[in-house]
Amino acid sequence: MFFFRYRGGEGMLAWAFHRISGLAIWVFILLHVFDIWLASVNPPLYDELLVVYASAPGRVGEALLGAALLFHALNGLRIIIIDFWPALSRYHRLIWRLNWLVFFIVGLPVAWIILRPIWEGAPQ
Amino acid sequence: MSVVGGRRARPQGGGFELAVWYLMRLTGLALFVLALSHFIITHVLYDPAEQTAEWIISERWANVAIRTVDWLMLAAVTFHAFMGVRIVVGDYTRGGVRTLLTAALYIAAFVIFAMGTFALVSVPNVLPGG
Repeated sequence: MFFFRYRGGEGMLAWAFHRISGLAIWVFILLHVFDIWLASVNPPLYDELLVVYASAPGRVGEALLGAALLFHALNGLRIIIIDFWPALSRYHRLIWRLNWLVFFIVGLPVAWIILRPIWEGAPQ
Repeated sequence: MSVVGGRRARPQGGGFELAVWYLMRLTGLALFVLALSHFIITHVLYDPAEQTAEWIISERWANVAIRTVDWLMLAAVTFHAFMGVRIVVGDYTRGGVRTLLTAALYIAAFVIFAMGTFALVSVPNVLPGG
């Protein structure tokens, strides 16, 4: 497949996920800088957008954004470790699994906190 | 483009690409702290529903230190995100299309950085008594 042309185990998955999550975060950055610019030039319009962010679909989007951000951050750290301490690459499989362990231990509670207002109502 | 173990190999020969390679890692490390803490603050410690424009301007940005950190995050993320997409563009396009898209990315990066900087400095109370 064109997008997944790199072949080989965890390396390929890490590369594909890093690219997909990075592109998703980039798209959000465009939106996010635009919205914060709105907050300075047209505060009421920003508050209207905030209602969308705080809505149920908005919260699902934020949980997905958080997942992309957390994966990209952890995998980026893995890349830096292997780049600057190549000797550690013999533990690459362990580091890859640690990535996912931290991803779920940190990510699941955060996702729950973000999504909770959908069924409990947003704090005022 | 060589990708080893899911990552980009260090460019040989120095120059611009090597500088970008190092800066991607440097800004990435900065964003590991800045972007993750930003996400935790805005989504876990606070809820999006509470952070109205008025609240951002009068509470969050009343603190010049927070504004400064936000601006550093803006600078790091503008570089990291647009240079990252530039690599993607470089992987899937060539020739005139690549040149055109890369130029568009640089222009968009400048616009995004300018918009974010404008928001950070234009709202009131940037300086004590301002």
